Amino acid sequence: MAELWTGYMLPTVIIVAQIIAIVVPLLFSVAYLTYAERKVLAGMQLRKGPNVVGPFGLLQPMADGIKLLFKETVIPSGANKVVFIAAPVVTFLLGLIGWAVIPFDDGMVLADINVGILYLFAVSSLGVYGVIMAGWASNSKYAFLGALRSAAQMVSYEISIGFVIVTVLLCVGSLNLTEIVRAQKDLWFAVPLLPMFVVFFVSGLAETNRTPFDLPEAEAELVAGFNVEYSSMPFALFYLGEYANMILMSAMTTILFLGGWLPPIDVAPFNWIPGPIWFAAKIAMVLFVFLWVRATFPRYRYDQLMRLGWKVFLPLSLFWVFLTAGVLVATGWVPK
Amino acid sequence: MEALLLEYLPILIFLGIATALALLIVAAAFIAARQRPDSEKLSAYECGFDAFDDARGMFDVRFYLVAILFIIFDLEVAFLFPWAVTLGEIGLVGFWSMIVFLAVLTVGFIYEWKKGALEWE
Amino acid sequence: MIVQALAFYMFATVAIAAGVMVISARNPVHSVFFLIAAFFNAAGLFVLLGAEFLAMILVIVYVGAVAVLFLFVVMMLDINFVELRQGFLQYLPIGGLIGVILLVELLFIFASWTVAPDAGAVAAAPMSALGEISNTRMFGRLLYTKYIYYFQAAGLVLLVAMIGAIVLTLRTRKGVRRQKVPDQLRRTRAESVEIKKVETGKGI
Repeated sequence: MAELWTGYMLPTVIIVAQIIAIVVPLLFSVAYLTYAERKVLAGMQLRKGPNVVGPFGLLQPMADGIKLLFKETVIPSGANKVVFIAAPVVTFLLGLIGWAVIPFDDGMVLADINVGILYLFAVSSLGVYGVIMAGWASNSKYAFLGALRSAAQMVSYEISIGFVIVTVLLCVGSLNLTEIVRAQKDLWFAVPLLPMFVVFFVSGLAETNRTPFDLPEAEAELVAGFNVEYSSMPFALFYLGEYANMILMSAMTTILFLGGWLPPIDVAPFNWIPGPIWFAAKIAMVLFVFLWVRATFPRYRYDQLMRLGWKVFLPLSLFWVFLTAGVLVATGWVPK
Repeated sequence: MEALLLEYLPILIFLGIATALALLIVAAAFIAARQRPDSEKLSAYECGFDAFDDARGMFDVRFYLVAILFIIFDLEVAFLFPWAVTLGEIGLVGFWSMIVFLAVLTVGFIYEWKKGALEWE
Repeated sequence: MIVQALAFYMFATVAIAAGVMVISARNPVHSVFFLIAAFFNAAGLFVLLGAEFLAMILVIVYVGAVAVLFLFVVMMLDINFVELRQGFLQYLPIGGLIGVILLVELLFIFASWTVAPDAGAVAAAPMSALGEISNTRMFGRLLYTKYIYYFQAAGLVLLVAMIGAIVLTLRTRKGVRRQKVPDQLRRTRAESVEIKKVETGKGI
């Protein structure tokens, strides 16, 4: 009995505790990301933003959540019920499980798998399912069109993300996320691979359906796109999943290009601050740029969006794979 | 081997917890809120009229083309991953073998560009 | 070890059940979802074998790309599936024959295990190195140098697939205005703007 406890139960309890330690702060930051978005947008447009519920409107996200909880879950009569409910569940699920492999500090990671970056790539490539399922199950024209657009868009930018990841891997020589961050000890990859950093960030915007690539939801023409038929908690799940995905994408950007938990310079006042705080600060910075972009740029037209993905980013990132590999081989800097 | 599998166990548990959490949230709304559906409320959203027919219709063949091209480039990326990791060990032969592979696919890419398969109208 | 065995039986059972559902589900969209479930469980089995790279590639390529195309086709093409099912009896002999052949092949494999249990060790590459170097690294060491011809052949197959897809699906529509970026950028003030002095009551 004692062996059963130490051998199986205890490790499981520890793992569950770790998962809760990841999920609870994550959901909390998702809630406050929506608040931050409204505040940042308001600040940039010289408005006040939410300021009624609680001090500085700080309880606004909670109020929104409770409001959605007490709304009726409308399932359209023409909808396929199982798929209709499964779609937001899938989106939410994918927003969460990516965090299993994210290293918060050296050695501070839930699942330190050898193929961490592939796992993240796989999770982000599955994101398209939530959208297609929602669009198809709703049986509404707007939802259907939004889903189609979104699927083609996510798929197009997925390729450049893949090529960008390959250029980073060339400089690291491992698929493990901890190794990727360690390789940036002296120089963040954002410096030598600056164009790829930009391509990755912009593709990340497109992958998470953010402005200026938010065509699937284009309020003016598609009245919110694939999630037009959703209400109550299923809608909230879409919302949470989308924002969790945004944070995950920022975390990926931080790990691949901004040195993860590493301080900017490894000298006294900087390396006193623990790694997770640096990591969180960098994520917050990338997220701020996400919001800033939303306040600044107009929406792309669909053909422009596809042209940017297929005719600009794809050749550019492919060329950089050639270039990086060539330079590394010619100079003998390839990591063994 | 054991150590490798041990690293995957948390992912499996995480998957279970996340699914349970998501289903719980959906169920909470069903329990907490009053459900009073009627036929108007449940009809699909349209601009003031009833939907003419099923919304799932045919659409532009271009979307299929994008999906197929995506599969091909995705495979290309899949081939690149092990190469990027082992470039230091496989030497110049490995390097040039990948360059030839990519060159062949670049020919295909140029073909589709010239054919106008990447154009949207 | 028990957890490993439990995980294996779970993945294997769900994979087979999902496989059966793929061919027996009435709604083709549900079939695709069951297919995706089968892929995930196959990926789980790969992980149990220590082939983590293959597991991830299976999810990325098959679930993330191929199944998306399948979904596109079955969700959005108006195929009459009742009509499609009517040919079932007609193809039964051929399908049955292929099934029997596969069954016989499986039996041969099982028979060879019992007749010569050591033969497998000769044919398969040694797996002893697993654990010290990662799965991906072992792939990389072999694929691009030792199996270079197969690798290049794969590249050619992809090229053919790309060209084939374009030849089969590309239709150019007439009378559609496209955005031509170079032309738009090359426009000058001289050729696009003309200033005219309009006198009162005359018009242009």
